[in-house]
Amino acid sequence: MDLTLKIWRQASANEKGQFINYPVTDISPDASFLEMLDILNEELVHKDEDPVAFDHDCREGICGACSLFINGRPHGPDKGITTCQMHMRHFKDGETIVIEPWRAKPFPVIKDLMVDRSAFDEIIQAGGFISVKTGGIPDANAIPIPKRVADIAMDAAACIGCGACVAACKNASAMLFVAAKVSQFARLPQGKVEARERVQNMVAKMDELGFGNCTNTYACEAECPKEISVSHIARMNSEFLISKLASQKK
Amino acid sequence: MTKLDAKIPQGPLAEKWTTYKQDLSPVNPANKRRLEIIVIGTGLAGASAAASFAELGFKVKAFTILDSPRRAHSIAAQGGINAAKNYPNDGDSIYRLFYDTIKGGDYRAREANVYRLAEVSNNIIDQCVAQGVPFAREYGGLLDNRSFGGALVSRTFYARGQTGQQLLLGAYSALSKEVGKGNVQMYNRRDMMELVIIDGRARGVIMRNLVTGELERYSAHAVVLATGGYGNVFFLSTNAMASNGSAIWKAYKKGAFFGNPAFTQIHPTCIPVKGDYQSKLTLMSESLRNDGRIWVPKHKEDAQKIRDGQLKPTEIPEDRRDYYLERRYPAFGNLVPRDVASRAAKERCDAGFGVGRTGLAVYLDFADAINRLGKQVIEARYGNLFQMYEKIVDENPYETPMMIYPAVHYTMGGLWVDYELQTTIPGLFAAGEANFSDHGANRLGASALMQGLADGYFILPYTIQSYLNDQIRVPFFKTDLPEFDQAENSTKATIDRLLSIKGKNTVDSYHRKLGLIMWDHVGMGRNKEGLEKAIRLIRELREDFWNNVRVPGKNEMVNPELEKALRVADFLELGELMAKDALQRKESCGGHFREEYQTEEGEALRDDENFSFVSAWEYKGADQEDVLHKEILEHEFLHVTQRSYK
Repeated sequence: MDLTLKIWRQASANEKGQFINYPVTDISPDASFLEMLDILNEELVHKDEDPVAFDHDCREGICGACSLFINGRPHGPDKGITTCQMHMRHFKDGETIVIEPWRAKPFPVIKDLMVDRSAFDEIIQAGGFISVKTGGIPDANAIPIPKRVADIAMDAAACIGCGACVAACKNASAMLFVAAKVSQFARLPQGKVEARERVQNMVAKMDELGFGNCTNTYACEAECPKEISVSHIARMNSEFLISKLASQKK
Repeated sequence: MTKLDAKIPQGPLAEKWTTYKQDLSPVNPANKRRLEIIVIGTGLAGASAAASFAELGFKVKAFTILDSPRRAHSIAAQGGINAAKNYPNDGDSIYRLFYDTIKGGDYRAREANVYRLAEVSNNIIDQCVAQGVPFAREYGGLLDNRSFGGALVSRTFYARGQTGQQLLLGAYSALSKEVGKGNVQMYNRRDMMELVIIDGRARGVIMRNLVTGELERYSAHAVVLATGGYGNVFFLSTNAMASNGSAIWKAYKKGAFFGNPAFTQIHPTCIPVKGDYQSKLTLMSESLRNDGRIWVPKHKEDAQKIRDGQLKPTEIPEDRRDYYLERRYPAFGNLVPRDVASRAAKERCDAGFGVGRTGLAVYLDFADAINRLGKQVIEARYGNLFQMYEKIVDENPYETPMMIYPAVHYTMGGLWVDYELQTTIPGLFAAGEANFSDHGANRLGASALMQGLADGYFILPYTIQSYLNDQIRVPFFKTDLPEFDQAENSTKATIDRLLSIKGKNTVDSYHRKLGLIMWDHVGMGRNKEGLEKAIRLIRELREDFWNNVRVPGKNEMVNPELEKALRVADFLELGELMAKDALQRKESCGGHFREEYQTEEGEALRDDENFSFVSAWEYKGADQEDVLHKEILEHEFLHVTQRSYK
């Protein structure tokens, strides 16, 4: 396949960026999208040009590092997968492909297609955990958890923290990311103990970091590579309200 | 020859760890605040260790090469984690898990360490459940188990096909909790360049900031390396792109011994190689062998027709199929350990029965299981794996058998450590895949997660105190000491040299060449001639690299090509040591198969009389040969026999 890549190039966070066109030729339809970029970068190195920087690691759809906005969609045109799992057979020979970084204020560009997502870490540090220490734990089977509940918690826990939900949202809201963690723990008996503080702390941190509000467009669910449901947002909203009311009663 | 002291506690096997803990003098809480620990890597071992140290009160600095600790490659582990809970009531016990692990490792692991691993395995499951890890459950609400290779009991806990992800996110949440409290200083996008040694002890590191290129200095009372394995020396492997051997290699060159570098695990069920543009290989979880049956055509003409695209696998009738694992190993069938399954696949393909366009693939067939259990059950068990396969291969595994072939997956070798997980450099510890300790010559499935978390949650938090206990009078280190200057200058010199070569070949082109040498000669089948050739070829390639590599840009920027070049430079040395180790080990054991040493049926032929030892290599300088030390393995509690899965 022969393609034209229209790629966002930006030397660093403080410099202005721009689109630059790169032709690539003779790409196998079986190559992955990132392998296609590897081929481009090999050529750029040979031509003494600066290779395109992008985040990637596991290349099997689970680490959440890859983060390309392809033809106007996070992780490209296919549903339920990350950029690294997308293969070139999804594109047409001769096509022009537009490749951008995640665009959201809380995710500043580091270079080219790399962005800084440490805001997600900060949200987790604010409350995305169960406060147990290592050791002194009762037997794992001491608390039975209905399979249905465990399955819903697992659906939420499948989040890979890639940030596609934020990139997809016109408000750059992090609601789906935060809700997935809140909902996972709020459903499990182990997580219920701290549920009220957790949702307050995580939401406060999310707001502080400049993520936008949720206006129920569901773009996040549509673009989530792990197809995490917006029903977790509803669950988080109810957790948040219960928590607010409880704190007012005090 | 130096005598290696593994510091194994005296007494009966089942009491060693208890005895050790009883004899330990913990550091008092007030003193813990005055002691700093550096943890490099935030996978299962690193994140769990960093969180646990901080909970105890130590000051911790944790580093990850990635943009977040949550992305460490532990996340990609699919199938599960072993523990000796015996919930299914099928006869499991700590002893049986210990026995299976030693046998699975082909009697090349240290008994005391493995027994301790089995012992703490149950605590890990408790810990993870308390953290909110959503393990699979049965309808009664209790935890579910499944089977893995090399075991006759079901002891594997799992969270769909994403067990590694869920366990890592558990450890990451524990780590984040401590970062939030200010007990752990977290540093993202940092790559370890050099280990700093002061008065013979590990006291700090030089890190490269991958955003600015700046070389940064960090000091501590002890350093823990939890940087994973070095499987990427093969270029194509199931490891992530950033997984590398540089941190442990730097430690090796500073005096830490390297244990069993040749012991590499080739995983039997990976998606076969497709083209020369390929950057990595994708694993299909071993759990698939619970329900999938492995076969190739019984007749060469059928295999040929399949390769030519004239015949489909579903058109081959039962009596023209060879379920070779079930045929050769009736007791374990499709659930033989990984090394055995990989070799058997290679044997069939080499003999001309392979399928796929290249002939380097075998079938993993779910038709029987789908008929027996229904598509829904199979989808619930393996849905995400089937989806992953379909995305990559563009074939539907519910309708046509998967094609699989062995690929490099894990390295049992790593820094040599004693019972306390301390290397031969005082104050330097190694945890998880970065050490050599528990898996002998072959690791069993679902045991890597177990070992990583055992090291981080339940072993290091005790053993590191035995070292730190006599460090309480040592004040915080300043980083302007001459040892830091020297380490930083040598790093800077290496970087400058790489940038100044301005040759004509890209870093990846060298990495691919190295990978091919390793795969051809230091891979699944090894022999004297091939290994000697590999050593020669690697030396030539290394020479070429340092004269003709092209690394664009400068240091003071985001420069992935420079990052890769630094890693490949280390792999070009490490690969040679792997070949040397494989050459000296004139026996076959586990994943190390020397073609000269096999039984008539083609099984690995061990030589217990001469090779029942851990090889521990010592670096002597660039112009000198590495020196081999031997830690003799005393099999005090297990009767060593020919490993049989028949």
